[in-house]
Amino acid sequence: MFKIENLHAGVEDKSILKGIDLQINAGEVHAVMGPNGSGKSTLAQIIAGRDGYDITQGTMEFRGRDLLDCGPEERAHLGVFLAFQYPVEIPGVNTTYFLKAAVNEVRKARGLPEMDAVKFLQYIREKAKLLDLPGDFLKRSINTGFSGGEKKRNEIFQMAVLEPDFAVLDETDSGLDIDALKTVSHGVNQLRNAQRAQLVITHYQRLLDYIVPDIVHVLHDGRIVRSGDRDLALELEKRGYSWVAEASATLPA
Amino acid sequence: MNDATETIESFVQSDYKYGFVTDIETDSAPPGLDEDVIRLISHKKQEPEFLLEWRLKAYRHWQKMTSPSWPMVRYPAVDFQDIVYYAAPKSPDDAPKSLDEVDPKLLETYEKLGIPLHERERLAGVAVDAVFDSVSVGTTYQETLAEHGVVFCSFSEAAREHPEQVQKYLGTVVPFTDNFYACLNSAVFSDGSFVFIPKGVRCPMELSTYFRINAAKSGQFERTLIIAEEGSHVSYLEGCTAPMRDENQLHAAVVELIALDNAEIKYSTVQNWYPGDAEGRGGIYNFVTKRGLCKGARSRIAWTQVETGSAITWKYPSCVLLGDESIGEFHSVALTNNCQQADTGTKMIHIGKDTRSTIISKGISAGRGQNSYRGLVQIKKNARGSRNFSQCDSLLIGNRCGAHTFPYVEVGNPTSKVEHEATTSKIGEDQIFYCNQRGIETQDAVNMIVNGFCKEVFRELPMEFAMEAQKLLDVSLEGSVG
Ligand SMILES: Nc1ncnc2c1ncn2[C@@H]1O[C@H](COP(=O)(O)OP(=O)(O)OP(=O)(O)O)[C@@H](O)[C@H]1O
Ligand SMILES: [Mg+2]
Repeated sequence: MFKIENLHAGVEDKSILKGIDLQINAGEVHAVMGPNGSGKSTLAQIIAGRDGYDITQGTMEFRGRDLLDCGPEERAHLGVFLAFQYPVEIPGVNTTYFLKAAVNEVRKARGLPEMDAVKFLQYIREKAKLLDLPGDFLKRSINTGFSGGEKKRNEIFQMAVLEPDFAVLDETDSGLDIDALKTVSHGVNQLRNAQRAQLVITHYQRLLDYIVPDIVHVLHDGRIVRSGDRDLALELEKRGYSWVAEASATLPA
Repeated sequence: MNDATETIESFVQSDYKYGFVTDIETDSAPPGLDEDVIRLISHKKQEPEFLLEWRLKAYRHWQKMTSPSWPMVRYPAVDFQDIVYYAAPKSPDDAPKSLDEVDPKLLETYEKLGIPLHERERLAGVAVDAVFDSVSVGTTYQETLAEHGVVFCSFSEAAREHPEQVQKYLGTVVPFTDNFYACLNSAVFSDGSFVFIPKGVRCPMELSTYFRINAAKSGQFERTLIIAEEGSHVSYLEGCTAPMRDENQLHAAVVELIALDNAEIKYSTVQNWYPGDAEGRGGIYNFVTKRGLCKGARSRIAWTQVETGSAITWKYPSCVLLGDESIGEFHSVALTNNCQQADTGTKMIHIGKDTRSTIISKGISAGRGQNSYRGLVQIKKNARGSRNFSQCDSLLIGNRCGAHTFPYVEVGNPTSKVEHEATTSKIGEDQIFYCNQRGIETQDAVNMIVNGFCKEVFRELPMEFAMEAQKLLDVSLEGSVG
């Protein structure tokens, strides 16, 4: 369903991703772990179509579409979603208004009629309940004045509203308290089905207790140096990244 | 370099949809200005003698003045002898007696602008005075208003029908000696609106004047006078557009507001004069003096403006807070795109005790636009216990525009308090990308972010016009994105 081959990318003269291969099938959840600065967020941003990175080699496709050829909003219309590691604030733009625009843009691109205001309100209220959001959340400006944890929760709320077929979660667990972690994981799991896929970036194996991955990848210095089942995450927690880094040093470059 | 920066940068080319010209026969004075032209204007309008005298005094004073050089705007010197000071649609009768006698082409023009004047299509709940070039072509709902004792008519009509009021208040808030353009206006002003709300009356509907410059080379010099007697209340809105022309046209208006004890005047402007093209050719020079006098105790004057048009805007709607406990407010959105320049802000002069003022200014610069906020808060010695709060926010779109803030504060007594907050932000690539990622296109994202930025001001506009203002902003930002 989603496939990256030999992806090289960087900024100006710094190369960040140095040959990524990744294949995610429908119904699967993959986790990406790796030390700070290894390129996890870069990968997530490039999947979502962020400008400003030079993609020097490689391909990326989603359901047979060449993603590198699509703008970020087109990717969103195709069902690609990114929960940002650092969600931005947009002062004065009401969350409900914003989401209504988002949902209707996606619907429009898919040839569906727009959702009317009343129906939409009902719809998002349900989703807000699912994520245990306080009522005033919907009336506030996007992320403006939100706490770190609230911002993360808002990302997953938006994901629940947009129901993407391929969601990339960039450290959504960082900054969440233990109860929030459970609610958020529940929100993510609700979306899981045989037609959809998820890519979860995290530093903590704890998240993977709640969102159970099919495959875990370790990203190190712009390369996936190891992939395995969820036991790999447990082992990483015990032995640290230096262990995979050393092991990978023996691999051909 | 960075594509996203370029995308945001390429926000130029606004699509001005009011740029058409109405082909209509006009009766106009030859270009140029002397005492004869002033006499002609006064004669055409059948004005009382005192008004002609006042005009001539202003003209003589103006000849001794020079145009101001302090605003942060740049433009070639205006040739005042090349301007037409009087242009009026020629109609069989000199002044149409009712809307039925108005040239259908004119009515069509206003319809195209979204301001139907016909009885059956009138804007519900809004009385409109339509000013075309130098004359008012019609005022709707006059009878309904008259039942409440409210006078709403063109200035020329007021000078004929209510000369005592005009003589009593004209020039009391903005004397002709005030400044260069106000003085010129006093000499040559053509038309504008007159509003009188008697004691204790809450005006039953919104009043609105719609200004349209049509004739080439003509200047527009309207004058508006609003008087709210004790305990009365009025909300007034002005809108303006002009055809697209390559040469610059001058608009120098004067607005005077007077609020007596416990009276309230809300004055809103949606200014959309032609801004010129992307290269900075043409457009209106909008040099306007607007001032309100809170004459009575506990009176309140609130200015709300959304400025998206004009090549150059030079405008400081102000409040003189004379009555004790009077309140002045200024809410402003000024947008400059392409080569537009705006130097706008307000003056709050606190004279009475326990007076309050609030200033919320939102400047948006795109393209090569230059946007300056210039504000004066002056608290006089006797204005004990007075307060001001000012907030000036600037939003930049792209890298070639500029925002400047010039707050002047003078506090003359120790019991008063002035607070000033200022922020400058840029529409970030991060914000745009965030919206894109949710499926929203860049143009829509920019509009959304800009509208969010202006929210506090839009809230102050009458409902119907808040929507209009939002749309106008979208159109003004329309560009070549994606
Ligand atoms: N736009 C950019 N310009 C310059 N350097 C960048 C840019 N984006 C990423 N980098 C660099 O690329 C490397 C990878 O960054 P990235 O944010 O992808 O790491 P990460 O794995 O997500 O780290 P963390 O765990 O701390 O979130 C870092 O060294 C970072 O400084
Ligand atoms: Mg990261």
